[in-house]
Amino acid sequence: MKVRKRSIALGIYYFLLLLPIYWMLNMSLRTNASILATFSLFPTDFTLENYIKIFTDASWYMGYVNAIIYVGMNTVISLTVALPAAYAFSRYQFVGDKQMFFWLLTNRMAPAAVFALPFFQLYSSVGLLDTHIAVALAHCLFNVPLSVWILEGFMSGVPREIDETAFIDGYSLPRFFITIFIPLIKAGVGVTAFFCFMFSWVELLLARTLTVTNAKPISAIMTRTISATGLDYGLLAAAGILTILPGALVIWFVRNYMAKGFALGRV
Amino acid sequence: MGLTLKDVDKVVGREIYLKDINLHLEPGSRNVILGRTLAGKTTLLRIMAGLDRPGRGRIRVGEKDVTGVSVRKRNVAMVYQQFINYPSLSVFNNIASPLKLAGLKKDEISRRVNETAAMLHIEDLLDRLPAELSGGQQQRVAIARALVRETDLLLMDEPLVNLDYKLREELRIELQEIFVRGRAIVVYTTTEPTEALMLGGNVIVMDEGRILQTGPTPEVYRHPASIRVAEVFSDPPINFLKGTVASGSVQIGERMTIPLLGHLRALGDGAYTFGARSNHLFLTPNNEDDVKIPARVELTEINGSETFIHARYDDFRLVVQEKGVRHVAIGSDIDIYVNPAGFFAYDADGILAAAPA
Repeated sequence: MKVRKRSIALGIYYFLLLLPIYWMLNMSLRTNASILATFSLFPTDFTLENYIKIFTDASWYMGYVNAIIYVGMNTVISLTVALPAAYAFSRYQFVGDKQMFFWLLTNRMAPAAVFALPFFQLYSSVGLLDTHIAVALAHCLFNVPLSVWILEGFMSGVPREIDETAFIDGYSLPRFFITIFIPLIKAGVGVTAFFCFMFSWVELLLARTLTVTNAKPISAIMTRTISATGLDYGLLAAAGILTILPGALVIWFVRNYMAKGFALGRV
Repeated sequence: MGLTLKDVDKVVGREIYLKDINLHLEPGSRNVILGRTLAGKTTLLRIMAGLDRPGRGRIRVGEKDVTGVSVRKRNVAMVYQQFINYPSLSVFNNIASPLKLAGLKKDEISRRVNETAAMLHIEDLLDRLPAELSGGQQQRVAIARALVRETDLLLMDEPLVNLDYKLREELRIELQEIFVRGRAIVVYTTTEPTEALMLGGNVIVMDEGRILQTGPTPEVYRHPASIRVAEVFSDPPINFLKGTVASGSVQIGERMTIPLLGHLRALGDGAYTFGARSNHLFLTPNNEDDVKIPARVELTEINGSETFIHARYDDFRLVVQEKGVRHVAIGSDIDIYVNPAGFFAYDADGILAAAPA
């Protein structure tokens, strides 16, 4: 009986969790007229029109392309910067290391809105506005500290003696780092990349403020569905579904390490 | 080339890890650092390796001063207490990695790896990853990687501690043979007196960051220069009896007076501490010179082939190591026999005053 009760609770939980997503999927496969006219649990007048529009209209699909470009850039930059930094925090002691480590995290405590204006002002003065790198760099503000924290946790789980053995064997630090150390914490690197991807992908405020047309991400373009003629529900739902997909795909790859990542590698 | 440490100190924070370390290790010698945990064995080893810098003092290899020279440029190999291998490399590549970095030719590398692997009986495991091996096999890989380079200095930090009893015995015997074959200075740390005795060579007895005594292992075992050395170099713990020497005899406790015989005759009047290892104490007399110690049993331990009887005479705790399984009732009175000819005598400062020849 016990097992039964638990599965019922779990069933309710999943139902509540998946309902909005199903509803979005349902809407994305219907026409606006049908959405507004009748209540239906499944598409009665099945159509792929909304998806076709997104995949054929450059102003739509470029939103995804832009987002993927800057998210990718951000992930690469964050990892490149955070890997050596995390190694230093994990292996060396220096003046103010603990304070600096904590200070990194405080960057995540401030709301993005605080930084939107300074970034806009700064980027417009150096001509970075409306470029992919602008958004990628801005997102580093959140993702680099997070990456350092996650990676430091994973790195501290590797015994220091491995480093020492490598140095005794004659490895140089960069060679050891790339050929021995990174393969050891590849799960951590994967999880970190996932977190960078996730935060950068869903972040709207900075991405929207720092782009105009050339680098405008999908989340900003989605607001275009609201116009004087009303709300294009079907199209918005289709865009939403397509936004969830990459995230779901990445989660699938790192599903086994997620918990450790959320615990900043300290499990 | 010999290794020389001169006036080496290491202080971390306010704690003294090492103090006044002066050592000279001959080329090709086997040296066992014996000491309890926190004696500074690992710290000393790390300084020898060049992983840590000494606070003060110099380290020389041959005539060359290598203090502060990076470990990468030293010709050393090290085996840790934990099983340290490169988890992402196969056993072959693990052993080969120092040779590859040294820029050796491929066939030379594979020849030497195979040779070393055969020596440690892991030749069938070369394609596996370290995680797929048992603890003993993992440590064999680590030892193979240390041996394959044929370094001048081979450091082993309690390499067998994390292995089970059987494997430890087995590997200990193999290591002895390997050490004899090699040309390197071997430095091996351990907490176990038996291990030090089995490996032979020289022993360096350490305690609280200082070197207490150095010398050939059997020599040090037979002449522990101070009470502390005797304690560190005895397992089970050595028995101590405090006594007063006056007019040709020793008064121990209230009920025991024994005549001064053999080496003890050289002692002048005064207070001494007499040490006797537990394997010199018996429940039955073996010799007419044996003295009888009336004691009360507090505890017995049986480890299979031997029985340890913990007993008390006055304020002295005694441990008798007897062969075979003995059943002695706790709380019963027994007589312990010991031959004073085997006594170490320490003066009031804890320095060896007389030892059996």
